[in-house]
Amino acid sequence: MTKNESYEEFIKGIWRDNPVFVQVLGMCPMLAVTNSAINAVAMGMATFFVLVGSSFLVSSFRNLIPKQVRISCFIIIIATFVTIADYTLLAVVPKVHKELGAFIPLIVANCLILGRQEAFASRYPTRLAVLDALGMAGGFMLALFSLGAVREILGDGALFGIKLFGENFEPWVIMILPPGGFLTLGVILLFFNWFKFKKDEFLEDVAAAERGGN
Amino acid sequence: MTTESRKAASSPSSLRLVLTLAIAGLISGIAIIGIYESTLPTITANKARELREAVFKVLPGVTKMQALVYRNNQLVVVEKPDKDEPVVYGGYDDQDDFIGYAVPAAGPGFQDTIAILYGYKPAQKIVVGMEVLESRETPGLGDKIYKDAEFVGAFSALAIEPEIFAVKKGTKSQPNEIDAITGATISSKAVVRIINEAHAAWAGQLPEAGSEPPFELAEPADTGAGQ
Repeated sequence: MTKNESYEEFIKGIWRDNPVFVQVLGMCPMLAVTNSAINAVAMGMATFFVLVGSSFLVSSFRNLIPKQVRISCFIIIIATFVTIADYTLLAVVPKVHKELGAFIPLIVANCLILGRQEAFASRYPTRLAVLDALGMAGGFMLALFSLGAVREILGDGALFGIKLFGENFEPWVIMILPPGGFLTLGVILLFFNWFKFKKDEFLEDVAAAERGGN
Repeated sequence: MTTESRKAASSPSSLRLVLTLAIAGLISGIAIIGIYESTLPTITANKARELREAVFKVLPGVTKMQALVYRNNQLVVVEKPDKDEPVVYGGYDDQDDFIGYAVPAAGPGFQDTIAILYGYKPAQKIVVGMEVLESRETPGLGDKIYKDAEFVGAFSALAIEPEIFAVKKGTKSQPNEIDAITGATISSKAVVRIINEAHAAWAGQLPEAGSEPPFELAEPADTGAGQ
């Protein structure tokens, strides 16, 4: 197992297979709690903790869990981590917990997490599983943050509650409301698809040039 | 190897399946109890502190509080109100003199239930402060019921009888009128209605001004302040 392979498992979740922008998973928290940067980051951290913790356990016990009951076992492990995250947030940052509300327990149902256990953690050694989880969770957090930051800056003229534009800025209230989530996500997905399209085109050009050169 | 024997080799006994799930459930249960027990004191302390802060905010000058409930036709001091029992908080100053009541109240807003706490001075029959504890009003519009300093400030000396009225912005002329927020009329009116309803509900239960229950709880050690 070379260093490059581990790096590849980590980095694929951040960019190439980004769970939100490329796989389009976890849309429910993505649209619901990104109305401010701080909510987005808190949600991202909770998901990060749950995903990395579950991937570690699932991968460590992958040879002990019978195939027939694997999904139930994954759910038990994930639900335990979610409950731990829920109570910890409630005790440490009650204000943020109030804002996130029902979406913390709903992390259990985030298909990104169960998806990683089934597709990756239950098949690969612990080290790779943790790296994969770190990358995927990092990518998810990055996506939540970029949406939350855009929506808070435009919708409230602030970032992390700090006013950026002074008194004369008229906030675009719609960006904080649910439609703002769809608009922002749509624009970001457009960018990602455009980027992929351009990259493919570029690779084709290179291939054509090479053929022509030979 | 035949298909059947391969199947038998790869499928573990039912006992093993049951045991795996039972053990996973057991460990999970223990972990959850552990986290619940270890965070409960902080969570309770946080809630108590939030309530104290809100009471002190809606009743300026108050430094002590106690919970009061209506039992057997009189207002009595309780250390801990029963669940779902209507409660008001009596606010007292340093000399243990009664200042006013902090009344929690809730009702439907534009989106969801709005829960508020308002300070009420029975001697002058005025509302002296209002704090929104919980609301899901529209960001940028309805949320002005707690973000708009002018609206919140208007509750600092507001006559509550016969009833508070929310009027169009700039047309306030009576001591029991309040300027509604432009663009958030429904939310403003909801706050006013919640206060009016709570006031009507408590009207027969609060004692005559001047005969409020005296402060009798020993001030609890400032729980949570150090956590």
